[in-house]
Amino acid sequence: MSMTEDTARPKRPSGFWSYANPVKFLGLSERVLPTLWVLAAISLVAGLIWGFFFTPDDFRQGSTVKIIYLHVPSAMMAINAWAMMLVASLIWLIRRHHVSALAAKAAAPVGVVMTLIALCTGAIWGQPMWGTWWAWDPRLTSFLILFLFYLGYIALWEAIEEPDTAADLTSVLCLVGSVFAVLSRYAVNFWNQGLHQGASLSLDKEENVADVFYFPLLVCIAGFVLLFLALVLYRTGTEIRLRRARALQAREARL
Amino acid sequence: MKALLRRDLMLAVRAGGGFGLGLAFFLIVTVLVPFGVGPQSELLSRIAPGILWLGALLACLLSLDRLLALDWEDGTLDLLATSPLPLEAVLSIKALAHWITTGLPLVLAAPVLAVLLNLPPAGYLWLIVSLALGTPALSVIGTFGAALTVGVKRGGLLMSLLVLPLYVPTLIFGAEVARRGTEGMQVMTPLLMLAGITAGVIALMPFASAAALRVNLR
Amino acid sequence: MTLTIRDLCVARGGVPVLQGLSFHVEQGQALILRGPNGAGKTTLLRTIAGLQPPLSGEVLGAEDRIAYAAHSDGLKAMLTVTENLRFWADVFGHSDIEGAMGAFALEPLRDRLAGTLSAGQKRRLGLARLLVTGRPIWVLDEPTVSLDRDAVTLFADAVRAHLGAGGMALIATHIDLGLEAQVLEVSPFRAAPETRAGASDEAFL
Repeated sequence: MSMTEDTARPKRPSGFWSYANPVKFLGLSERVLPTLWVLAAISLVAGLIWGFFFTPDDFRQGSTVKIIYLHVPSAMMAINAWAMMLVASLIWLIRRHHVSALAAKAAAPVGVVMTLIALCTGAIWGQPMWGTWWAWDPRLTSFLILFLFYLGYIALWEAIEEPDTAADLTSVLCLVGSVFAVLSRYAVNFWNQGLHQGASLSLDKEENVADVFYFPLLVCIAGFVLLFLALVLYRTGTEIRLRRARALQAREARL
Repeated sequence: MKALLRRDLMLAVRAGGGFGLGLAFFLIVTVLVPFGVGPQSELLSRIAPGILWLGALLACLLSLDRLLALDWEDGTLDLLATSPLPLEAVLSIKALAHWITTGLPLVLAAPVLAVLLNLPPAGYLWLIVSLALGTPALSVIGTFGAALTVGVKRGGLLMSLLVLPLYVPTLIFGAEVARRGTEGMQVMTPLLMLAGITAGVIALMPFASAAALRVNLR
Repeated sequence: MTLTIRDLCVARGGVPVLQGLSFHVEQGQALILRGPNGAGKTTLLRTIAGLQPPLSGEVLGAEDRIAYAAHSDGLKAMLTVTENLRFWADVFGHSDIEGAMGAFALEPLRDRLAGTLSAGQKRRLGLARLLVTGRPIWVLDEPTVSLDRDAVTLFADAVRAHLGAGGMALIATHIDLGLEAQVLEVSPFRAAPETRAGASDEAFL
């Protein structure tokens, strides 16, 4: 009798994968979120104030270069959000963990806003150099294309009613989109060769070598990362609760 | 497989407007451009390669939502899914049929329309070559978009939103070939990139399209 | 050469509708599915045809051997009857369509565009398609809709001929076709609301 009981009990996934269970995930996020919010707020406020008010002006670009404390972290997160969505989509397609699919869905709007911030701050940064509010600089253009990919992804989630079908289709879109996003990056670089060399925004690498700029930037980046984690955990929790409500309603309807 | 191609071509011809719609749209866009930017021939000949590429791209996009929608509605896709043909082959054939009925006519019409935009003589060859190499990719990528949105009511607009960002690499390299050819510059790099993208897309994208279609047929 | 269904659980839109189904169909046999609308007959037939995966259980002996026919006939209005049949024959790798046309009395219509046919004639053409597929297992969902009494007789004769030649048929229908077939009532297999056979929403409850 005890033998059959043992073999009948399902194997519990261990460690990280146990959070693929929506209920456990909700438990984790509830425990971790308050700390995350506080840490994110502290890092962001500290980093931004330090960066904007306590660093010297750049000799060439004046005080507008301070915008990098918003631009660089948001640009990094815009790309990392998509990378996270890609990994989450793969996990959904291979392991069928619902939490993974919902995490990708939750991360997309955060990624879109990060991209928007990167675009706007990029434009603000470039304006004194270019004289206009927009130039088809390769990096900014790549972010614009990334923005369109995000929009398409979110639109597809919204257009499909059946949750598993939506998860599957958006995952395939994310995979294909990632390949094309990389392709586009190269295409855009090629496309903008020889134009606006001096106005490129990639000068920031040299600018930030000096420690006095570098450390506030690190703090800002940490702040954005924590903010991203907090937002995605929070939104994934919301998506899980929505699915749960939907499942309960469906069960009610069948009883 | 040939049967499917033959059937789709027959349907495109008989349904009336199969060939003509894309061409007409291409013509209209080309005619509207001078009204939008002014008739100075110097300006027009500079932007001609890009406008022609854009027009061809948009004309391709137009006929895409009918690609799978009709077969979805009358149950043919279900029946094809249970047939000996693999879905990847079905979608590749459909992309081919789309190219023959939409892309190819655009390639042939482009030089005629280029006259309206004062394309310099050097540009004609490379315009045709770039469109001939690039429009197949547009059809295959478009098939992917159609497979994703086949179950969505009035999914045409959504499909355009999904497909247009995917068109960017082909558009960039294709227009670049046309432009450089016009100016007599070296075209080898963008040409190879364009051909590479088209080849890669034709070889690999049907798998993604079939996966998406299978999900929608569930 | 048996179609075996073992402990099958099928779902519609991620929600289980039927569970615990087990049966098998031998060569030369037909199985009639009965049940109220919405019971899950269509879902079951689509799962057996391979259009959607089951939630659990297995379908054995169906690989590449099924000819499926359902509510939509898969006909192209702008092609003639002959062209429609010839297309499906080519797809399934056969060339003879005369037998199919004869069995469903379509010869007088051979050059008519499918779009000009009446509903009954369209349905006869859709069913004639089964004969050109050369597949042994017919999976049919309400095949007699739009058919008048004579056409139903033609259809029943065609099924009988198919069974006689060693084929099998799985038919969901309300009508008595006059076939000697087992009848399977699907209502008892209705999935209980608490069924948890890996339904898509299960993890959230």
